[in-house]
Amino acid sequence: MKKSNSADTLYKVFIYVVLITLAVVIIVPVGWVFLASIKQNSEFYGNPWTLPATFYWQNFVDAWTAAKMGSYMLNSVLVTVLSLAILLVVALPAAYCLSRFRFRGSKFLNTAFMAGLFINVNYIVVPIFLMMRDWDSWMNYLFKLNNIFMNNLVTLAVVYAATALPFTVYLLSGYFATLPHDFEEAAYIDGAGYGQAMIRVIFPMAQPSILTIILFNFLSFWNEYIISMTLMNSATGQKTLPVGLLNLMQASQSAAQFGRLYAGLVLVMLPTLILYMCVQQKLTQGMTVGGLKG
Amino acid sequence: MRSPGRSRFIALCVAPATILFFLFMVMPTFNVFRMSLFERGAYSPTETFVGLNNFKVLFKDTKFIVSMQNTILLIVTVTIITFFFAIVFAAILTREKIKGQNFFRIIFYIPNILSVVVIAGIFSAIYKPDNGMLNSIFSLFAGREVMVLWKDQPMVIVSVIIAMVWQAIGYYMVMYMASMSAVPVDLYESASLDGAGRLNQFFEITLPLIWTNIRTTLTFFIISTINMAFLFVKAMVAKGMADVGLSFMYAQKDEGLYGYAMAAGVIIFLFSFTLSAVVNQVTKRDVLQM
Repeated sequence: MKKSNSADTLYKVFIYVVLITLAVVIIVPVGWVFLASIKQNSEFYGNPWTLPATFYWQNFVDAWTAAKMGSYMLNSVLVTVLSLAILLVVALPAAYCLSRFRFRGSKFLNTAFMAGLFINVNYIVVPIFLMMRDWDSWMNYLFKLNNIFMNNLVTLAVVYAATALPFTVYLLSGYFATLPHDFEEAAYIDGAGYGQAMIRVIFPMAQPSILTIILFNFLSFWNEYIISMTLMNSATGQKTLPVGLLNLMQASQSAAQFGRLYAGLVLVMLPTLILYMCVQQKLTQGMTVGGLKG
Repeated sequence: MRSPGRSRFIALCVAPATILFFLFMVMPTFNVFRMSLFERGAYSPTETFVGLNNFKVLFKDTKFIVSMQNTILLIVTVTIITFFFAIVFAAILTREKIKGQNFFRIIFYIPNILSVVVIAGIFSAIYKPDNGMLNSIFSLFAGREVMVLWKDQPMVIVSVIIAMVWQAIGYYMVMYMASMSAVPVDLYESASLDGAGRLNQFFEITLPLIWTNIRTTLTFFIISTINMAFLFVKAMVAKGMADVGLSFMYAQKDEGLYGYAMAAGVIIFLFSFTLSAVVNQVTKRDVLQM
């Protein structure tokens, strides 16, 4: 089609230079943290571009035990798994009914969940915090119980699931609405009830959408720190991994313990990186559907 | 097929989601607006109605005004820089025959899957004044020890902008790639037969045909920059050094000034809503059909 000339080659070279520059700008800092996580503390007081002298595994041990990243990791796994479970159990049937049945209030609820897409948790985190604190003081007043709602990993998971509902319901109903009604009709004729038709026939077909939802929400729950920081506000209490990392960052800067800081960083990002490498195709495809997440 | 079983089934399916949604999203949203008219004790749940008083104080609060200026600065700069890079890289990756196209797409999207706390950690290594990555590179080129205090005034806001752009490019690039790949190839072929160069093709074909998508992302830019600016400032900037709207709000909450914090929240929300609407109106064009 086009004659290759010197201007064309120059353009090609330029494009590669630009692409590789951005790739380097992204890979180098991330890779640097991985290398820094196995450096000894003394190595941080010179040229930052030297390779680690030894494989200083002790950083990870320090981060895991002394900085309690191990127990924070466990907390994060618990919260993420629990909130994903709650989200799926609650959102799947709701999205199914909202998209496939007409009933009194269905229009209102559909609109309400749509409007929910525009509510960002950063705005409502303070009222949620106050609500939980008020409920706790009632609990204390009535039953002499402490920390039922605040500083509780289970309620944190419930809040995560609740705030992810609009996006999840939106994505799932979009998929359910495309399926023809013949599927249920056939199941009803075979004698299946509503619930059976939904669970045995429709949900298995929605597997790709369910997977997308799990991926996106895993990333947002695992990485979230504002709600977690606000609702788990006890200085000595449990924390999730990003909040623990935030504390570790502040502590290591003043105590100049850089090794364990970078080891902590690796501990937080490694699970998401591994997941991403496994499913990146799915994630970037699904993003165009779920773009509203912003 | 209407039966009592049907209503029971529907109620059972919809109720849990509805309850959670109203309890943890609708009620708090309503409360943001309600509480902005009240003053609430820091430790007791007693509230006194103060009308628009919180707003009156807010508009005279220089800290709030500065934080809103920072927010606007971030919205403008982060949007322009990110938009430019994202659309250029998307055009290159979809239009040109590039070896390792997939590799580049995968790499560019990585920052988007990292927690903002992790990004703050990575950038604290980049911005470290002595032996940081950035200062050491500058020292190399300058031939002497360069000591820029990236996380202090006046550079701190630039540091935040760089980190936010670094995080956002891949996300928007993937969005634009998706809509660009939907543009029919024969349009480009006939254009290049007519002698249109790459730049011409980009401005005459690509941009007009993905305009709807660009408009949508502009709204995303506004809304998400307001939110992400909060997450970045909270994680990587010393307290009160360079507040943005939402971090100002959060700081008021830490002080126990809940009504005041919510008044700030209301203003920021109205601001983001108005700005999105205005941008949406201004960018309205007749949509070209593919």
